[in-house]
Amino acid sequence: MPNEYILEMKNISKRFPGVQALNNVTLKARPGSVHALVGENGAGKSTLMKCLFGIYFYDSGEIIFEGENCLFKKPEEAIAKGISMIQQEQNPIPYRTVMENIWLGRYPMKKYMGIPVIDDGRMYDSTKALFDDLGINIDPKAMAAALSVSQLQMIEIAKAVSYNAKVIVMDEPTSSLTENEVGQLFRIINELKSNGVAIIYISHRLEEIFEIADEVTIMRDGNYIGEWPIDEITLDMVISKMVGRELTKRFPPKHNVPGDVILKAENLTSINPKSFKDVSFELRHGEILGVGGLVGAQRTELMESVFGLRHIVRGHVYINGKEIAIKNPIEAKMHKLALLTEDRRDTGIFPVLSVSDNMLIASWNKYKKRGNVIDGKNSLSDVGKGIKALDIKTPSHKTLMQYLSGGNQQKVIFERWLLTDSEILILDEPTRGIDVGAKYEIYSIIADLAGKGKSIIMISSEMPELIGMSDRIMVMCEGRISGFVNGEGADEEIIMRYATQYA
Amino acid sequence: MDNAVKNENAFSIKSFASKYAIYLVLIVLFIGMGLVDRNFFSLSNVKNILIIAAVRIIIALGEGNILITHGVDLSAGRLVGLTACIAASMLQRPDYAYKMFETLPQLPLVVPILLAVCVGLLFGLFNGCTISYLKLPPFIATLGTMVIAYGFASIYTDAQPIGGLRDDFTRLASGSVLTIPNLVIIALIASLIIWFILNKTSFGKYIYAIGGNPNAAMVSGVNINRTTISVYALAGALYGLAGALLAARSGGATNNYGLSYELDAIAACTIGGVSQSGGIGTVQGIITGVLIFEVMNNGLVILGVSAYWQQVIKGIIIIGAVAFDIRKYIAKR
Repeated sequence: MPNEYILEMKNISKRFPGVQALNNVTLKARPGSVHALVGENGAGKSTLMKCLFGIYFYDSGEIIFEGENCLFKKPEEAIAKGISMIQQEQNPIPYRTVMENIWLGRYPMKKYMGIPVIDDGRMYDSTKALFDDLGINIDPKAMAAALSVSQLQMIEIAKAVSYNAKVIVMDEPTSSLTENEVGQLFRIINELKSNGVAIIYISHRLEEIFEIADEVTIMRDGNYIGEWPIDEITLDMVISKMVGRELTKRFPPKHNVPGDVILKAENLTSINPKSFKDVSFELRHGEILGVGGLVGAQRTELMESVFGLRHIVRGHVYINGKEIAIKNPIEAKMHKLALLTEDRRDTGIFPVLSVSDNMLIASWNKYKKRGNVIDGKNSLSDVGKGIKALDIKTPSHKTLMQYLSGGNQQKVIFERWLLTDSEILILDEPTRGIDVGAKYEIYSIIADLAGKGKSIIMISSEMPELIGMSDRIMVMCEGRISGFVNGEGADEEIIMRYATQYA
Repeated sequence: MDNAVKNENAFSIKSFASKYAIYLVLIVLFIGMGLVDRNFFSLSNVKNILIIAAVRIIIALGEGNILITHGVDLSAGRLVGLTACIAASMLQRPDYAYKMFETLPQLPLVVPILLAVCVGLLFGLFNGCTISYLKLPPFIATLGTMVIAYGFASIYTDAQPIGGLRDDFTRLASGSVLTIPNLVIIALIASLIIWFILNKTSFGKYIYAIGGNPNAAMVSGVNINRTTISVYALAGALYGLAGALLAARSGGATNNYGLSYELDAIAACTIGGVSQSGGIGTVQGIITGVLIFEVMNNGLVILGVSAYWQQVIKGIIIIGAVAFDIRKYIAKR
């Protein structure tokens, strides 16, 4: 019965504070077929899958699995019913064996003098059989920590198969695989297909989808755009449906005038062979340089290397024509660089410290009176000015950072780097996790800084933001620069094409 | 705005409770003990509590700074023991029969005390370097130092007690200025200095920052290694001071001095509101935590509770206090 759906997600809606993450999204999967789910970063693909597995609870809609209405409250329930998932990022237990990782929580047991113990022999045999079936050549007794990322990915796939799942969700399964391994994965997928398994395949690599998928569902901004059989749609159509939204007035006017080159990078190559390679670019005085690309394009890695958080094996960085070597953030600060990181919680804020301590942490050297003694009056007056200038909503400068909204936390971090008198600001996803309303304020700050002659590099995965804010856009793909586009009136489809160029 | 303000207000009530709870506990404990036994309120008993607490406060200040950086120092107690032995060995009476250094001239008091401080500081530096450069977890690094310090103390003293301390040295601990015991004055000065460092210097700000979020501190260009090493060195110096004062107060020293003082200090800091997750803690809190412990110890002795039951009660209070401390963070998720 090829027309029967095994899994139907109908009209799923999910609202987060300030944003409609999913709006009446529908996804249907047939047994023995590969169903691709595509959309830009932030289109809601992962949210939809989290709703399926009960990690999020959807507000409305229904999920029908094997003809039954289902509401999974946690992933284990979905897995028990026969829906499993391969995560984009693996979290193996590093110093346990491959087989222990695969059968974790459901070890085969045997009785030893009446006491239940783990049956290592049986576990080894079933792992071996599973690997042989899938053509995976990894020792089941190897330590997970000793494996490469792509090997771990293969193990994740084997694990998903081991549940005898009827539906397997694969979230960017090829992002860490080599070409050979991708071929192997596709063989596995075809094998699963012929066994009647339905596969939901999420990928940014659109070419792949045309190779492996039977149908494709396209999402955009949390909306369901439609579902097409793969042979009734072209790559160009998919791209235009993914990005086809009109730009409204969401950005402040810019008055910056790019001047001479302030920062120049030549042939930067990461110490990590899987990261960026031979990257060269220039940043002009007072310019906003957007950096576009898909997740995994190594944009963050590149910019963190410029800032000295990561290391390069070769390449040169020049500031105002002078070659410099930045080995750590302390030196980056001396060269008037600033970095607003992508993950505010992890590398940005000090949640249990006050707003003023958060703001001043990078510039205490400026406020020293004698020795290490700080000038409390001067520093606090600058904090007051900063709170006012950026319109930071906080009851007091003593309020703990954790009680501020994401947008206000981001403004505090902006001010942190303005107090260091930095000239080059690297902004990594500056509006991530920020309410729509507060986004405009962040954009205004960025436009204002550029207008004052600060030079800005802005990594962003949001197309409209890139086009609306940047003077130029540098697009990266797989650790390389695939093209430059002028910001003004840039064509989203061209950017998307560059972003998937080497995929 | 509304949201932020609301959160802040909701927080105030909670924070008021958690901010002042420990002071209330101290006062209630103090009055309670006094009501049960009038002797407790006598000036000499209060002085006695404070004199004993003084050394513990100095140790807890060092340990507290380390806890704020989200580290831990298990070597505190043994370093106190080692430095106590060093100070005592150089301040024995000239006519004492079992002098360690028979030919040692009459040193000015400050020399052995400074030497004890320096030895503590060196061990602290060692802790800081193994943690910063060898990337050892603080628990393991200071566990090693703890064992080393005990070894050195035993070698140094040949496991023999050191007695017959000079009167001018013991008077340092027993004396007082305007009825305020010297030890209390010294502990007070140490507290003021640490308070100043934590609140008025960039070093202090970095201590809170690396405890509050080490990744963000690194991105902000904070020199994490230098700060970490300095914190452990400062703590070591405080243990050295505490060791010398402990020897003076008890009129001698043995290689077993300071046993498990680090655990008492960690417990006192935790009761005093120093967070186990780093980034939170005040000098006032640390002092109060130590005083709660000492009032309890003293009270239980006066009440005639057996030493073994005292241990049981102390343990229960540590678990209770940390359970309370953790609850604040669990609620926030």
